[in-house]
Amino acid sequence: MITELLVHNRISLALHCLRDGGGRPLLLLHGLGERSPASVPAWADVWPGPVHALDFTGHGDSTVPVGGGYSAEVLLADADTALAHLGEVTLVGRGLGAYIGLMLAGARPGQVHGTVLCDGPGLSGGATGPTSTSFVTVEPPYSAPDPHVLIDLSRDPRPPDYAVLFSRLALDHSPTTEPVSVAAIVRPPWLAAVVNEVGIVERSLPASLAAYA
Amino acid sequence: MTSAEPPEATHPGAQAPTRRRDVVVGGVRIAVHEWGDEHADPLFLVHGGFDFGRTFDVFAPLLAAGGRRVVTWDQRGHGDSAHAALYSLDADLRDMIGVMASTTSRPAPVIGHSKGGAMSVQLADAQPFRFSHFINIDGLPFRRPMTDLAEHERTRMLSSDITGWLQHRRVAAQLERKPDTIDGLARRRAKQNPRLPIEWLRYLVTVGGRHDPDGWRWKIDASMRPGGFGPWRPEWTATRLPGLGMPFLGILGGISEPMGWGTAADDIRPFIPAGGRLEQFDDTGHFIHIEQPQRVAAMVLDFLEHGR
Repeated sequence: MITELLVHNRISLALHCLRDGGGRPLLLLHGLGERSPASVPAWADVWPGPVHALDFTGHGDSTVPVGGGYSAEVLLADADTALAHLGEVTLVGRGLGAYIGLMLAGARPGQVHGTVLCDGPGLSGGATGPTSTSFVTVEPPYSAPDPHVLIDLSRDPRPPDYAVLFSRLALDHSPTTEPVSVAAIVRPPWLAAVVNEVGIVERSLPASLAAYA
Repeated sequence: MTSAEPPEATHPGAQAPTRRRDVVVGGVRIAVHEWGDEHADPLFLVHGGFDFGRTFDVFAPLLAAGGRRVVTWDQRGHGDSAHAALYSLDADLRDMIGVMASTTSRPAPVIGHSKGGAMSVQLADAQPFRFSHFINIDGLPFRRPMTDLAEHERTRMLSSDITGWLQHRRVAAQLERKPDTIDGLARRRAKQNPRLPIEWLRYLVTVGGRHDPDGWRWKIDASMRPGGFGPWRPEWTATRLPGLGMPFLGILGGISEPMGWGTAADDIRPFIPAGGRLEQFDDTGHFIHIEQPQRVAAMVLDFLEHGR
């Protein structure tokens, strides 16, 4: 495994090349509190191109900054940094990575050739509206995964209509037929709303990879 | 622009803080400014976005003269506080808790302006035990400015916002604030603060800017960018208001400005907590406490004395 360090503002992001080769890369986005796998997962053996995996900020070998301040939008920019480096990719996201993958599919529809949303930690997020959720400060030192990210992104608000906007951007602007595939069994409110959009398909991870290969 | 340009460090009514200290919250250094007797009952001021603690240099001394220990701080990335790797409303609120806890363990009055007002609404809902009174100065977002847009138009604007923000993130590591003269920085700020006297804005440059060999720069982190996008929506602030139990005073400016929310009194009035008060200064813009410091300070001190 070769790891490259990418710069995202004051963060150093670890992008791991799990398998080299030609063709469109498969980019893996891990779940909340996870890190990139050390080798190509068995389910990705069928992918014909290279396989990369990104450690989000506060995870794995990426920077763990002091003071927290995480948001799904910052992690979207992490994934966008990897996209700028790799060019066109197909995405597979687990849990939190599925939510970020959907956002990237909508934000960069011309460069994301298919996104597969899978179950995993951090899939649900927090409430769909305002709550009285309180605040906890964690004093350094801490190591990956950053406790702030575990707190902030297990409770970040995910209104269904916000997630739907990203799915519509992908559906409206992606040249890929059926640009978003939902393989997750669990359907938190944001994902249930996305699945209801005409053009979003429900299919297994192997079937999705075969469609996007 | 010349590096020999003398700082303009005075302004009628402005007083530098009596004390300055740092509080480290979760590893991020937060600069705290205080006016008045340090043994008096504390009162917290929370500044708005792209402002800093010393924008209270006229307002805070008036409150201190009323017998209060006035405490404010520069939010992370602003003023003299550290530039952080990440910014979020939750992080700002954790920093706020850190400053409050470093000052007192008892409930105290909180005055929040603009973003500081909206932040304080969220903290008053989540941690009401920290608030004895809550004064909100034009910090009650109610609705997005473009609520009547068609859905496809909203989607298009979101796409544009996202793309712009992601492009900013791709170059954020290389960004730095543009140098200028005191007058140049003041005139640039006047575009966002069109109602404030240019003499005041020049003063702000000298307390919120840094004098480098090639000119003055605002201290605020260049990686921060106004606007952006996210799941948060303005009406969430309003829905937190009715449940607040501490004495509440809301003050709105009647004249719309670039940095304001444009919230109308009739829109927000149904959400004001029971027993709370809402005042509108028809002849004032978003920076009410800067345009009319004596009037606002007198209203606040009277409210604190009588609780309504």
